[in-house]
This record gives sequence, C-alpha cells and structure tokens, in this order.
Amino acid sequence: MEAFVKHTGLVVPLNRTNVDTDQIVPKQFLKSVKRTGFGKHLFHNWRYNEDGSPNESFILNDPKYKDATILIAGENFGSGSSREHAPWALLDYGFKAIISPKFADIFYNNSLKNGLVLVEIDEAQVDKWMKEAEEGELRLTVDLETMTVSDDKGVSVSFEIPEYNRQNIMNGWDEIDLTLQLEDKIREYEQTRLY
Amino acid sequence: MGKPKNIIEKIWEQKVVHREAGKPDLLYIDLHLIHEVTSPQAFEGLRIKGRKVRRPDLTFATMDHNVPTIDREKVNDPIAKEQMDTLKKNCEEFGITLFDMFHPNQGIVHVIGPQLGLTQPGKTIVCGDSHTSTHGAFGALAFGIGTSEVEHVFATQTIWQHKPKTLNVHIEGELGAGVTAKDLILAIIAEFGTDMGTGYVIEYTGDVIRNMTMEDRMTICNMSIEAGARAGLVSPDETTVEFLRGRPYAPKGEEFEKKAKEWLALASDEGATYDKVITFDASKVEPQVTWGTNPSQGAPISGRTPIIAESDDPEGVRLALEYMGLEENQPITSIEIDHVFIGSCTNSRLQDLIRAAEIVKGKKVKEGVRAIVVPGSTLVKMEAEKLGIDKIFKEAGFEWRHAGCSMCLGMNEDIVPPGGRCASTSNRNFEGRQGKDARTHLVSPEMAAAAAIEGRFVDVRNYEKTPILT
Ligand code: SF4
Repeated sequence: MEAFVKHTGLVVPLNRTNVDTDQIVPKQFLKSVKRTGFGKHLFHNWRYNEDGSPNESFILNDPKYKDATILIAGENFGSGSSREHAPWALLDYGFKAIISPKFADIFYNNSLKNGLVLVEIDEAQVDKWMKEAEEGELRLTVDLETMTVSDDKGVSVSFEIPEYNRQNIMNGWDEIDLTLQLEDKIREYEQTRLY
Repeated sequence: MGKPKNIIEKIWEQKVVHREAGKPDLLYIDLHLIHEVTSPQAFEGLRIKGRKVRRPDLTFATMDHNVPTIDREKVNDPIAKEQMDTLKKNCEEFGITLFDMFHPNQGIVHVIGPQLGLTQPGKTIVCGDSHTSTHGAFGALAFGIGTSEVEHVFATQTIWQHKPKTLNVHIEGELGAGVTAKDLILAIIAEFGTDMGTGYVIEYTGDVIRNMTMEDRMTICNMSIEAGARAGLVSPDETTVEFLRGRPYAPKGEEFEKKAKEWLALASDEGATYDKVITFDASKVEPQVTWGTNPSQGAPISGRTPIIAESDDPEGVRLALEYMGLEENQPITSIEIDHVFIGSCTNSRLQDLIRAAEIVKGKKVKEGVRAIVVPGSTLVKMEAEKLGIDKIFKEAGFEWRHAGCSMCLGMNEDIVPPGGRCASTSNRNFEGRQGKDARTHLVSPEMAAAAAIEGRFVDVRNYEKTPILT
C-alpha cells in the first residue's frame, strides 16, 4: 500500500449517519475479480440517476467538491458487510482520509489495511467542520505522525489509531511480509498446540 | 483454579501465536471458509507474490452469493459466472476443497459449516463475510474479515487482532408462545441500537439461550453483527455436543467423547466477568417487524411506526420512513407486502422451514404476493423434501428454490423490484439491499409465512398452525 504520513486536502461533507457499505458500493458492483476500478461505483445509488446521468443534488457531484480528498460524515460510517470493496472504492475515487465520530468495526479494520486513514473524533467537532465544509471551503490536514487533524484557523484535534496500523501505514508495509518473518512461531504453534 | 474466565478469554489465550507490546496479538485460525465474492482478489494477491495457501486442509470453499436458485445450469450474468469459474480455478490451483453449485454439501457458507460439523467449539473461524458470527452459536470465536485479511490467512493461517472487549448480553425471563429467537434479537437491537456491540465480542447467556436449539442460537449469533459486534457466541453445552455428534467433519468415536469434554470445559466459568453487561427481559418481546432502513428500526407487531418529532433521531427516521414509503404513527399491521423471502443465513435451516410450513399448510398465498423459499443448503433442501415441506409451500403458491443467498442481497436474479415491499427473514434492511429502491421488513420465518398468506403483517401468535411432524 501507499505510505501516508501527512495529507492536506479539500473536505466534502456527507451529512448522513449510518452510511452503510451497501451505499458505499452497491452489490451489483461486487462481481469483479479485480481490486481496482471501484471508484466510479462509489455511492452509486445516490450519485447517479436511473438513466446513469449524475444526480445533481448529490454532494459529490457538486463541482465545488470535485477535488475533495477527505470525506467527513456522520456517525457509524461503514456499517454493514465486510466487503473490502468499500475502502477500495473510496481510495480509488481519490479519498485519502475519512472523518466521522464513529466507524463500524470491520470497515475500520479493512480501511487501515488498505492505507485509507480513518479519523475518529468527537461529534461536536465533526458537526462544526461539517458545517464549515457545507458553507464554505474547508481544507484539513491529517497528520499521522502527530495523530492530529487540523484546519488552517488553528483548530487542531487529536485522534487515535492503533500503533501497529499507524506504523504500517506510515511505512507502506506489506503485512504478510511482516507476519512471514514469524514463520518459526507459526510452525511451532502448529506442531505443539494445534488440535 | 485462578480467576474465573469467560469463554472469549479462554479461546483467545489458546490461540495466541505471538504477542508483543504495542501490537495486536497474532492469532491462529482453525477454519477458513471462503466464497466466490470476497476471495478472488485475495487469490490474485497470492499469485502476484508467488505465495501459497499455507493450510488448504483448514480452508473450505462454497458458492452461495450469486448462484442461480431456479435453474443451476443457467448463470445468466456473465460476471457472476466469471466469479464462480474463478473460484473453481483458484481452488484447484491452491488445493482447496470446494463445494460447488452441484455438490450436495453446497449451501450458504454459514449454514454448511455447522451442518458439516466443521464448526466446533473453541475454534477460531474466519470468512470474508460479516455474518461469520453465526458460527459463534457453537462457542467458536468466529468473525468476518476483509479481503486483505483473507489473503493474510491464506498465506499465514493467522491474523493480527486486538484483544476485543467482552460484552455479556444476559437474557432474563422466558419468550412467550409464538415469539422466536429472531424476534428476540431484533428486539434487543431495537432497544440498544446498531452500535451496542461495537468493539466487543458478545456472549449471550441466560436460560432462554440455554433452552434454545442450535438453530435458534445461530439466528441470534448471526445478527450480532447487526448489533455492531464483530462476533457473538454462546458457551457450549450438551445441546451443542449432541448437534455435532455424527456430523461428517466432527471427530468420531472415543475421540469425539474426549473432544466433547474439552468443549464443555470452554464454557464461561461461574463468576466470570465482562467489560460490560446488558440485561434484557425476554418476556416482554412480541413478534417484531422492522419498519426502517437499519435493523434497529423495528417495532412489535402491536406497535406503530414512530412519530418523527418524538424520536431521538428525527432526520434519520424521516429519511427511513420516506424510503420505506410509510407514514409516521402507522400501525404495523396496516403494512401490506407484495414479496416474501424465506431464506438467508439467519433463517433458512430445516427448523425455520418447518415452522414456516406449519403456518402455510392448507392455505394460499395472497393474490399479488410473490413468495419464495430458498433453503440455506442443498442438504436442507433435500431433508425438507423428504418431509414433504416443498409440497406444502408449492401447494400454497410459494416458489421452492435451490440453495443460496438469493434475495437476501439480490446479487443474482432474485431481486425485489423498485418500490416492492418484502417481508424477509434475512438480516439487513438497508436501502437497496434486496434490489434498487426495494423495501425490506425483517421478520421471523413464521411472521413471513403469515404475511404471505394475508398480504400484510399479522400477529403470528394468534395464527392457525398445522403441525407437520407427527
Ligand atoms: S445469506 Fe445474506 S447475509 Fe448470509 S451470507 Fe448470504 S448474503 Fe450474507
């Protein structure tokens, strides 16, 4: 995966709670056997009209947010299925980080494994930034080194991310390579403790 | 004897391969189940790096998500076909046992694991599918993983996991007559919300759970994920042991008795503690119907849809009612449906089909309603046919299908059309889940069967039943 240390980008507000993985990538797009190309299907049912034309009223289609790389959304983002297509689609679309008061478990894990940085911060601050992003133009900086997210007006909030994932993402490490260095331990486990 | 332990702690400690400060634990995986949708990219990853599947003998594959349920020979969607062909090729290349569409062991991955006796107490079980929590009914630690993790398990037979917090959902009281495990879990999620279990593994305890069949326990554990938990389980007991006895992949003879003792010893110790405890009174539960677009948006059959202004989340409720085409404060019994789906890993086992058939027997599906029954596995289908259950459904006007996920997520042709309204025994009522603009109401098999006959939701507790097993 691509290493991520610090990123500054335009924020698009998705003012909804419980955005589930069926909304992020509807299942008719899960049939690919590849990992790439899911960005065009991101939020498909909201993003496109019946005839395939863009739905003007959906926020991602607002030209103002065309270059957004950070998504801010209501709580319980990513609930639902274990499909990793959800982070793949968000990354493929161009998002580098998602901000929400709360993420669903599996989605959280899947995203970090793919280097999509999830920033879980307090709801009041999400609401404030959501509003700013809706009304004006908001740029935020997500910094994994300091574990903070900040705007250009001096507001800076810390967030937590498991140390293990943080190291992997900052270094762009392949997790399987790391685990295979512990091959001896796995073999030992299999020989002595497996039933 | 040290400090009393709960089952989650016991299993965890047995599975740690490597532990190091500042990292999650590296856990060994005893059983890896795969299907056609979430595995192709993981195999692709292996191939790119020239890696092998470390333990093909602990890995089992089936086809379920997009198999056709009317005619197995007709896979109309070329991409679905490609996924199935890809799975077949991958299993051959990497030496993995596959139960394909035509195999008698085929079925929904969470139905066949238990049915074959692959699912056993104390095992760590993973699958690239969130409803892997189903297997927790056996006292296994079972959770859904993403495709990167599938690849990781292929290559290493392990997974990095932070030790979860433990949540005890303790059920007091008894379930009333005609109220099912499905109603219980829907009522719990309606009360505590879809994030009640986030960050936790749930253990369900209480006499209600102890008295339940394995099938009912699976229904409960299946929906743990809808309560936000990654896994949910029940401590093993004699019911668990008896269910597994004689299953094809369960140990045999003396070995079985030895194993059974180990399994029973895994049960949470008397006095075990948890990070959090929730108590719930089962006696107040009525048959449930969801009215909204997430599983916590449900009401008892005697209830009504919420009043928007009085709810905690007015905007969420308004959007949900709008999508569902319902009014606020509308009686649940006034909701008319035009589709009925009996199936999915939540409620498609033989017991579910028997209970639904008892409601249906001798009656007719209401005109204008399209009702389908999709057994959870090919074996369930065969057993049901042996009991003549297929005939009961067909005579009433239901369609009787081949096993698969089918209308639970509508990846094959089994979809609810736009604006259609479905009484479904599945687990998710998300927008568009059963088809674009389709509306889903989650219910028990009994409630779905009665809705098929009446064309609307009725209280199944007062409904006529005809026993079919005499
Ligand atoms: S039946 Fe539904 S919930 Fe269960 S595995 Fe299949 S698609 Fe998933």
